[in-house]
Amino acid sequence: MATKENKKMTDYDMEQLIGQVLRLGVLISGTVAIIGGIWYLFQKGSGTPHYTTFNGEPAGYTSLTGIFKGLATGSASEIIQLGVVILIATPIVRIFFSLASFVIERDRLYVIITSIVLLIILFSMFSGLH
Amino acid sequence: MTIFTFTLILLLGAYLAGLAGSLTGLGGGVVIIPLLTLFFHVDIRYAIGAALVASIATSSGSASAYVKEGITNVRLGMFLEIATTIGAVMGAILAIYTPVNIVAIMFGVMLIFSAAMTLRKKSEAALETGSKWSYKLKLNGSYPTKTGPVAYKLENVGAGFSIMTIAGMLSGLLGIGSGALKVLAMDTAMKVPFRVSTTTSNFMVGVTAAASAVVYLQRGYIDPGIAFPVIIGVLAGAFTGSKLLMKINVNSLKLIFSIAITMIALNMIYNGLNHKF
Repeated sequence: MATKENKKMTDYDMEQLIGQVLRLGVLISGTVAIIGGIWYLFQKGSGTPHYTTFNGEPAGYTSLTGIFKGLATGSASEIIQLGVVILIATPIVRIFFSLASFVIERDRLYVIITSIVLLIILFSMFSGLH
Repeated sequence: MTIFTFTLILLLGAYLAGLAGSLTGLGGGVVIIPLLTLFFHVDIRYAIGAALVASIATSSGSASAYVKEGITNVRLGMFLEIATTIGAVMGAILAIYTPVNIVAIMFGVMLIFSAAMTLRKKSEAALETGSKWSYKLKLNGSYPTKTGPVAYKLENVGAGFSIMTIAGMLSGLLGIGSGALKVLAMDTAMKVPFRVSTTTSNFMVGVTAAASAVVYLQRGYIDPGIAFPVIIGVLAGAFTGSKLLMKINVNSLKLIFSIAITMIALNMIYNGLNHKF
């Protein structure tokens, strides 16, 4: 999509690619959130909100395995959380694409810089900071 | 109030937040927190989770357009994201040890600062020569204007990097994009022309917010019932805002909005001091 001639990728190509990745991520997550949201209102619309005290979300909403389990049972909350996960993943996926572009451009300095950012985010994800 | 009415009102509120955020350049998250805490009496931790999600949505949505136009300095953004993501992770750790009323007070102070920043004089002057590090790190660039591309150089890379770490920390602690601090680091310290600094800041908000959002999601701050009206509302509002931006003069709007934001901020600080969170 971005590289017309496979040999050389320019900054312009990278900008178009990054723009496309961001747009797609937002579109997909927005669509998933709308579907989940409408379904959620059917399931729970007549209930009462309970957000004045903080309880933390149940385990089902806070991990990927939990979200996928909920999806299997057709629970609307987990569909929305999947949309949230896609939204959070969008800028992270963008970094992967940037990294790939810098590799193709043979920009060693920015391959290192981008890798550092990626490592910090992966650390944040898996270090169990919660 | 049923969940159905709560959702509809929140959807409308998030729409207006996204609209105001994109017209003034403050971003969607800033209005979401006072809306949820002061109006809906939602616990500030849920509000922070929702604001992070809103920040990512608006950042990604508008960055996709700016990046394609070639205004955003991708290398500068990438380099400074080291600072903001480290800061964001520190902020998410700090959040565990910070009482919620202190978080509310800090948020209020940050809000007043952001309001003041939207009214500042903007400089579009481009530096002719940059500092040693700006060349070494390949941070200098050019951006398109009506009269052709304009080249610019930057300086004070270290100072910019340090302010960015603080911006990231506040973003992780308060759940906002801290666009105002990011712009300050790039405009005032590094002398980046403001169109480049605004779009590059916006570009970085998504990654910065994602770095702490992955922690907050696991911590249970992000509730699906709040998240979906916020995502949809803010995205739709930001979209309308980007269309309106071309047609209307936003200067008087910015002034009104800054005054409103300051009053909301004082309210947050007052409630924080009285332990009402």
